[in-house]
Amino acid sequence: MEEKIKAKVMDAAKIKRSLVRMTTEILERNRNLKNLVIVGIRTRGIYLGKRISKLIQDLEKVDIPVGVLDITLYRDDFAELETQHMVQKTEIDFPISKKDVLLVDDVLFTGRTIRAAMDSLFDLGRPQTVQLFVLIDRGHRELPIRPDYVGKVLPTSKREVVQVKLSEVDDADEVLITEPAELK
Amino acid sequence: MEFKQRHLLGIQHLDVSDILTVLDTAESLSEISTREVKKVPTLRGKTIVNLFFEPSTRTRSSFELAAKRLSADIINFSQQTSSVVKGESLKDTVLNFEAMNPDALVIRHSCSGAPHFVSTFCRSHVINAGDGSHEHPTQALLDAFTIRQAKKSFRDLRVVIVGDILHSRVARSNVFLLSKLGAQITLVGPPSLLPEEFKNFGATISHSLDESLAGADVIMMLRIQTERQKANFFPSIREYRNLYCLTEKRFQLANKDAIIMHPGPINRGVEISSEMADSVKSVILKQVENGIAIRMAILYLLLGGRERETAD
Repeated sequence: MEEKIKAKVMDAAKIKRSLVRMTTEILERNRNLKNLVIVGIRTRGIYLGKRISKLIQDLEKVDIPVGVLDITLYRDDFAELETQHMVQKTEIDFPISKKDVLLVDDVLFTGRTIRAAMDSLFDLGRPQTVQLFVLIDRGHRELPIRPDYVGKVLPTSKREVVQVKLSEVDDADEVLITEPAELK
Repeated sequence: MEFKQRHLLGIQHLDVSDILTVLDTAESLSEISTREVKKVPTLRGKTIVNLFFEPSTRTRSSFELAAKRLSADIINFSQQTSSVVKGESLKDTVLNFEAMNPDALVIRHSCSGAPHFVSTFCRSHVINAGDGSHEHPTQALLDAFTIRQAKKSFRDLRVVIVGDILHSRVARSNVFLLSKLGAQITLVGPPSLLPEEFKNFGATISHSLDESLAGADVIMMLRIQTERQKANFFPSIREYRNLYCLTEKRFQLANKDAIIMHPGPINRGVEISSEMADSVKSVILKQVENGIAIRMAILYLLLGGRERETAD
């Protein structure tokens, strides 16, 4: 589908500054870093999670493990999906019971992904706390879910699409607002 | 990637992309069986019927566990305790189960083509769990999955399949599957159990196990299926064992990192010696473990997502 780029909201420098600021907030709130683990939601949550882990390593010299969560099997719209979603591996090779889990995603929208991620987490163990980290909060929540750490609050219309691009998988670090082209 | 089938009736009509989709999905799902809570909610509300018109240990319980780990409900039917003994036909049995609105039927039957026949008149997804001497697709898929874990690539892999090829649905499904993936297959057995026609499937035929083992990467042993043999196909078990039993001495002829496979049930001391069945080179129990992941993948790919319109 054709799409039109409406605005570039963040570039590499802005993303980096946001991550540093949010990492400081994480450190402020979590005095016992040894109890902290990071779980990134596929796909871009993984890379954000790894970047946070690296920043904590630089600042505090503590190794924070990063796990990968695939929420496909927990989706609430599973029975209505038009196309088949490939399941990918959930790779959390550390116990999460009694841990402070930092759940990381790129964009917070309806909240349904986070609901699925939390159900999936609780099947793996009973965390002490779950804290939500998102780079962009674009509003339009359909569930009572709120983030603990936000890079940028971005008011959008429902038609618009927020694209977070990260250099690990995309050609650059940037956040774009796009809109599907009008039907002719 | 997408799995384009409505039913899983055999390997023959699958393409490479279908096969790789199943293997990759199984790879993702295998982690669930290692969790403390071995269950995900994905197929909640789906009903699966295990229709087993032939005895089975592994396949039936493997499908049952696969369904349960995906939160589907499953009921078991076995011929011995059913109205089939009162004369109910296959079609009527299936129609009665269909009236209970299941989403998938897993069928094992002693007649080749039974699952295909069922798929012509029922609404549910049909999964072939072994039909006569025709195909056993989930077995071949779990074999390929197990081989991929040990060998990484199928290209030019030398696979030797030994035993009662004539009656073996496992051999047929494996020949289809592994040749699609680029492996070189040699079928080995006494002439009475290994028809020349198998050359047409792209496999090499041999009657000497000793000669075939040189350079083998994968050795797949099969059971002598006395229940399907309507005549005497070889003079004695003792003679068969002397010529075709996988022993430690014979195993030395293969590549040193070769793996030993068997779809089970094994008859120790007939087609495989006890030492070989239990050796570190044997992946026989790994096959059983992988069977659950493969069957979860098949159930997920057939039952997950909205009912797709398929042109068939």
